[in-house]
Amino acid sequence: MSLTACGGGDGGGASDTVRVTLANHVWTENVKQALPEFEKQTGLKVEITQLGEDQLSDQYNVKLNAGSADIDVMMYRPLQEGKLFARNKYLADLTEQVKSESWDFSDFQPGPVQSTTYESKPVGIPIITEQEVLYYRKDLLEKAGLSAPPKTLDELKAAAAKIKESEPDVAGFVARTGKSAAVTQFSSFLYSFGGDFVDQSGKSAVGTDAAKQAYAYYGELIKDYGPANVSTDMGWPEAMAIFTQGKAAFYTEANSLYKNATDADKSKVSDQVGFAPFPAGPAGSKPYNIPSWALGINDASENTENAWKFIEWATGKEQTLAQQKSGVPGARTSVWADPEGVSTFPEDLAEAIAASTENGVGHDRPLVVKVAEAREIVGQPIVDAITGKDAAASADTAHTAFQQFLDDEAE
Amino acid sequence: MATITSKAPSGATGTPGWVRWVNDHRKWLFAAPAMTFVAALLVFPLAWTGYLSLTDAEGSVRAESEFVGFQNYLDVLSDTTRFWPAVGRTATFTGVALLFEMVLGMAIALLLWRPFKGQKWVRVAILLPLVATPVAVGMMWRLIFDPNIGMANQVLGWIGIGPQPWLAGEHTALPTTIFIDVWQWTPMVVLILLAGLTSLSEEPQEAARIDGASTWQRFRHVTLPLLMPTVTVAILLRGIDALKTFDILYATKGRGGGSFHEVETLNVYAYGLSFDYNEYGVSSTVLILFFLIIIGAMWALTARRKEARR
Repeated sequence: MSLTACGGGDGGGASDTVRVTLANHVWTENVKQALPEFEKQTGLKVEITQLGEDQLSDQYNVKLNAGSADIDVMMYRPLQEGKLFARNKYLADLTEQVKSESWDFSDFQPGPVQSTTYESKPVGIPIITEQEVLYYRKDLLEKAGLSAPPKTLDELKAAAAKIKESEPDVAGFVARTGKSAAVTQFSSFLYSFGGDFVDQSGKSAVGTDAAKQAYAYYGELIKDYGPANVSTDMGWPEAMAIFTQGKAAFYTEANSLYKNATDADKSKVSDQVGFAPFPAGPAGSKPYNIPSWALGINDASENTENAWKFIEWATGKEQTLAQQKSGVPGARTSVWADPEGVSTFPEDLAEAIAASTENGVGHDRPLVVKVAEAREIVGQPIVDAITGKDAAASADTAHTAFQQFLDDEAE
Repeated sequence: MATITSKAPSGATGTPGWVRWVNDHRKWLFAAPAMTFVAALLVFPLAWTGYLSLTDAEGSVRAESEFVGFQNYLDVLSDTTRFWPAVGRTATFTGVALLFEMVLGMAIALLLWRPFKGQKWVRVAILLPLVATPVAVGMMWRLIFDPNIGMANQVLGWIGIGPQPWLAGEHTALPTTIFIDVWQWTPMVVLILLAGLTSLSEEPQEAARIDGASTWQRFRHVTLPLLMPTVTVAILLRGIDALKTFDILYATKGRGGGSFHEVETLNVYAYGLSFDYNEYGVSSTVLILFFLIIIGAMWALTARRKEARR
């Protein structure tokens, strides 16, 4: 409690210093580079705290729980923490601010805006959107005699099998395997098999036939054609490392991370990476298309006016275009319509993204308050399937648990 | 009190009232900073945790919560999917790690006891793991034990042993983290035991030698009994620390102790309840129970120690 008092004490009044907490992301690096320009324009000073995703969440949990005022602008994940933060009243209502005309709120894609809205009030501004695409190795495909990347999930499995057979040191396929981490990238598989986490009536759908097929497919792909001795703790850094070390032919992942694969400093196979739209399942190709990050204002901040100035600048058309040109997919429709806005993406990636935005699903995880808990429940069948357990039985167990969870949350 | 009041009148004439007051209350005044410190940093957080454990606080601790009595305790103590397995893992982790650390620590301490050439360097090398930060150690071993691109499997490959899953395996993860703990903390045990050994007098050893006792007999019947107080201290310090291990487990397996909760000990579980699930009430309950377990273990050890002294 004494900490709260300190935090409130030195944050008093509208200070010229805006305290911004950001996640480790290409977006953040770009903002840091452009920052002097903003500081010069406004005469404000921006203090950035930069943290990894998990540490960022923990930081918010500690500081916002204590009602601390020493965060003004916060970068957060609308689908992961949006509902929780809004319900806890951590996020300031931005209804008045978004009316700014030159900034143009109506330019933002409706899907992302919906997920940063709570009880019909905007509480955040989406900054980064994400779609799932198929990363692949052009050289390995050629070697295996495949002329084009797979268009369906059946073709993907066949191609992965073929490559694993001809190149014993290389995995045919890699993707996230961690119980919680894998859920988002698994979601596109689930949708493409015709399933979802929750059905129209709000009931658990992880025990349906479509879901069981998706779990079994994803698990089998990694168990049979994935890396030997696969770990069940892989998030994107681990899975990406296997792909960029040249140890896998196919990889399904968020497109916003593509620089990690095509940047020669980070990837051994940078010149051989190709991109394709998410392969179609029985229900077609249904990748997610979501706002992965947004900016909000801490409700306890005493510097909301300057905080908004920062957000207005960082989410303005100019910055969004600059961001997108450096590889961060934005949430403004104007930058996608602008040929300049897609000019720097690899051509095949731009095509894949266009396909995803067309038929994409607006969420990549269950839309609930306690997302972390929900992800662990619906993620259990993924790891069970990867380790060779009965995916259908595990999906049934998860279904019961998830329904219980939904009932509890509805209370 | 009697001494103070008897002294007071001698200088009473002309001394301001506050000086007298300070003089009368000096035992409280001098202890005040330390007591405030303990109250603010120990008693208050503990009491607050105790209070939270009796509520259904979730989401945000500032949100409204209801007093639910001992409901959380009933729920947690009857939870056989997460809580009790976590208790089991905590006990296994601590027990096995402690056993290896004590045995290895004793062996190394005995080796280092007698002076030899290059002893200084050997000591430095052995103490190195101790000064590394646990999170860095965790990250390092995580890379070494990576089943696909790690060094451990490469080395095994040279001697013809197939790749092992290490941290990635459902059943090998806990033993692997125990290994890391032993690697890092055995030096501390060595340090404590070595200090104890150096303070032992030579006479009993000589007497035993003259009586014709073998090396083992001298260790078993002379050195060890004399060293027992130090051994207990080492067990106590290391045991409590091992019970509370968090950094190594979190750095190697991440949230929830891995996808199958392979290394989820009580500490990792409580952390997950707070920071992943925002279940502050239940989390506090687990922490209070954990606290009681640690106190219980400490009490058992010190009781044994007192008994041994008698």
